[in-house]
Amino acid sequence: MDALTGLAWLLLFQSLGEVIARGTHTGLPGPVVGMLLLLVALRWERVRTPVAAAAQILLDHLSLLFVPVGVGVMTHLGLVSQYGVRLLLAVVVSTWIGLAVTALVLRAMLPRRAN
Amino acid sequence: MQNFVELWVYLSATPLFGLTATLVTYVLARAVYQRAGHAPWANPVLWTVLLLALLLTLSGTPYPTYFSGAQFIHFLLGPAVVALAWPLWQRRTELRQRAAAVSVAALAGGAAAAGSAVGIGWALGLPAELLRSLAPKSVTAPVAMGIAEQIGGIPALAAVFAVLTGLVGAVSAKYLFDALRADAPEVRGFAIGSIAHGIGAARAMQVHPDAGAYAGLALSLQVVLASLLMPLVFKLF
Repeated sequence: MDALTGLAWLLLFQSLGEVIARGTHTGLPGPVVGMLLLLVALRWERVRTPVAAAAQILLDHLSLLFVPVGVGVMTHLGLVSQYGVRLLLAVVVSTWIGLAVTALVLRAMLPRRAN
Repeated sequence: MQNFVELWVYLSATPLFGLTATLVTYVLARAVYQRAGHAPWANPVLWTVLLLALLLTLSGTPYPTYFSGAQFIHFLLGPAVVALAWPLWQRRTELRQRAAAVSVAALAGGAAAAGSAVGIGWALGLPAELLRSLAPKSVTAPVAMGIAEQIGGIPALAAVFAVLTGLVGAVSAKYLFDALRADAPEVRGFAIGSIAHGIGAARAMQVHPDAGAYAGLALSLQVVLASLLMPLVFKLF
């Protein structure tokens, strides 16, 4: 029952986020505004307990939620076939560069562990 | 045989088909992933997507028919983004202490990924429209589409690049981090969430709780940074 109440909270905050995002033209997506609002509201136990239960379920299966978009992408690969190899190169190499830069910068900025 | 064809035509035209196919394929792919000890090559999103694409192609099912069922799963992406507040809240004290480090790393990594994608594409002679669709590729697909639209790219292509980036990151990041000796789960999680967004974060959450929380943080930071900064940067050009 907790998880269902939690889902109701999540949808409520998403809706609030959508309203604010549309009203203020910040360019931020509604769910992100909703997440920021929820972050504040989590200090209340009445929100926290059910949201924790629902969040656990959703985030445990986060990868499932990308499947419909992913299938759409695979069926639209024809769009990019004209520039296939060059695009693939740009996507793959820039992903590795981004991963390496993020990891190295964060590692340099965090305090060393005792061990 | 005739009956079977009729039944298939009926089923494949109802939302039931897309929803059932997605869940059943994913449950199987996840079982294989667990059997394989969470090896990156066995990534369940990758295999589910490939198998479903094959199924749609072989059965001649158009994507909108499939999506009429799969949309119920797709819809949960919104609440899932809102739910990212939970892992952040759990680590709020630690994150407050590390706010500077985390923000600098997110900016540097996001800029490096977008900049190098556009740079490599430009050097290889890709047209401007494609470059503008490549830029938001490290932001989760629905947001990447919105950004591409704002900066003069093609939303559908931006989604393609974002999903490919997520898959490439989820499958290859482990080897890259091992080679760089980036061992701390926080660092690995944060990097994969920054660059390979939700698909990478989903992998991080399966591997280590700390990595998962930092990946969720990185994913949300990247969404905020990219939605605010990318339109500004592209106005300069």
